[in-house]
Amino acid sequence: MKKFFYVLVFVGVSLWFLGPLFFIFLASLTPSSDFYSMNKILPSKLTLEHINKLLVNLGGWRAMLVSIQVALIAIVISFAFGIPAGYAITRYVFRGKNFIKLVMLFTRSVPLVVIAVSLITIYLRLNLADTMFGVALAHAAMVLPFVVLITSSIFSGVFVEYEEAGMIFGLSRFGAFLRITMPLALPGLAASAIFAFIMSWNEVFAASVLAITNRTLPAHILSTAMASPDYFKFAAGTIMAVPALVFIFIIRKYLISMWGISLK
Amino acid sequence: MKKESLIPTLLILPALVYLVIFIGYPIVGTFQLAFSNPKGWFENFREVFSSKDFQNAFLNTLILGIIVIPIQFILAMMFALLINKKWKGYKILLYIIATPLALSDVTAALISYSIFAPNGYLNKILLNLNWIEKPLYFFGYMFKSREFLVVILTEIWRATPLVFVILLAGLQSINAEYLEAADVFGFSPWKKFTKITLPLLKPSIVSALLVRTLFAFQIFGVVWLLAGRDITVLAGETYYWYVFRNNRNIASTYALIIAILTFIVGWFYIGTIRSKHLEEGVRT
Repeated sequence: MKKFFYVLVFVGVSLWFLGPLFFIFLASLTPSSDFYSMNKILPSKLTLEHINKLLVNLGGWRAMLVSIQVALIAIVISFAFGIPAGYAITRYVFRGKNFIKLVMLFTRSVPLVVIAVSLITIYLRLNLADTMFGVALAHAAMVLPFVVLITSSIFSGVFVEYEEAGMIFGLSRFGAFLRITMPLALPGLAASAIFAFIMSWNEVFAASVLAITNRTLPAHILSTAMASPDYFKFAAGTIMAVPALVFIFIIRKYLISMWGISLK
Repeated sequence: MKKESLIPTLLILPALVYLVIFIGYPIVGTFQLAFSNPKGWFENFREVFSSKDFQNAFLNTLILGIIVIPIQFILAMMFALLINKKWKGYKILLYIIATPLALSDVTAALISYSIFAPNGYLNKILLNLNWIEKPLYFFGYMFKSREFLVVILTEIWRATPLVFVILLAGLQSINAEYLEAADVFGFSPWKKFTKITLPLLKPSIVSALLVRTLFAFQIFGVVWLLAGRDITVLAGETYYWYVFRNNRNIASTYALIIAILTFIVGWFYIGTIRSKHLEEGVRT
């Protein structure tokens, strides 16, 4: 009886979460004649035509490329600034540490909606308006507090004794960080990088406001989707969902701890 | 831990400077834009507050939050308790529940459109079962309350996993010995839940609610794609006034209102949890 209950819950919950995903994958692969015929739930054949058209003719590839570049630049910037800060918070005692942590938590909760419109006026002056780099800079600002908080908790998981042992054997503090702490923290850092990638990949408001010709995939879809036939909308949903799902699968081991720790 | 004062400052400074330039300075800019109007400082606010669109956007944002957040919370709590039981297959179900975490609001909106569109799967299935005779319409100005329903369902589907993950992380950090002790004293499952689990889970509950409430004020993609301006929300109005009306001042006024609401909510929650639990966020 109890076993039956669990099976039922398992099936029910799985359907609720995976069912909609199945539907959009199916819809994006359904030939348009089958899609518009009301008595055909399952298509008679599958086609990649819509996805192909969206990528090639409707600017999907380009937007996807912009998305990937924006995310990569944002990761590089936020990690370059975030890792030293995270390390300092973990390993040093200094005045104003709690204040720094509060600043990170505060900036984490500032929505990009609030800064995007005013950022564009600054960008116009700096010739950053409508550039991929400008969007990446904004995304880096969104990701940076996350990187500081998450790297500090990753570094605190690496015993300081290891570093001290390294320093006894003649490594400098920086050398100990590079040769001992970094390799041990690497899996966690990689997971955070993937997570940062998803944050940027999914962000739509700033990407729509800050760029017009260099729009990321979600921003491109937001501006074109409403004018496109339904099957292109489904193709767009599929294209955006697949990489996100792959990334989540890769970092599944860190999923709970990352959200749990970073948001607490 | 070592006491060195210059090195940590030098390590943190770049990150702080970056945040000041890209978040602090634009916030100041948002203030400037919102308060500048040739007719007077508060003219933008007067214009916004007196417009029907603002009142609707504010109410819609609020109503969406009030409906969505409690449902999400209860569902997420049920899922978290279920997964925390560690029965056979709980790990697989954990990843299944977590999948929407990776999806953006734009993707989630498109996904639910594939179900609720006139030619979507809901209509196809219902028609083939002969439960309805004509397709049901969920989108369009005439079907505003149905649009609202679809937005709510999409938000629940998309964002419940976020609450779930935070609550689960909290549940897992509860020491099992408390619950074992309760078993010794013969507590009922319900009593164990209300007397032990809930109080110990409070920090996680507060942070889950905080995150969700903050995000609720920013709701944009789902509403914009599914309902356009049939259902106005605050962030949607910001977007509309900037992109379609090319008015940065009014757009910034909306943005500032979102910021102030976010700030008030954040303040309220921080007051509730006190800094003690914030500290836990970055364990040292």
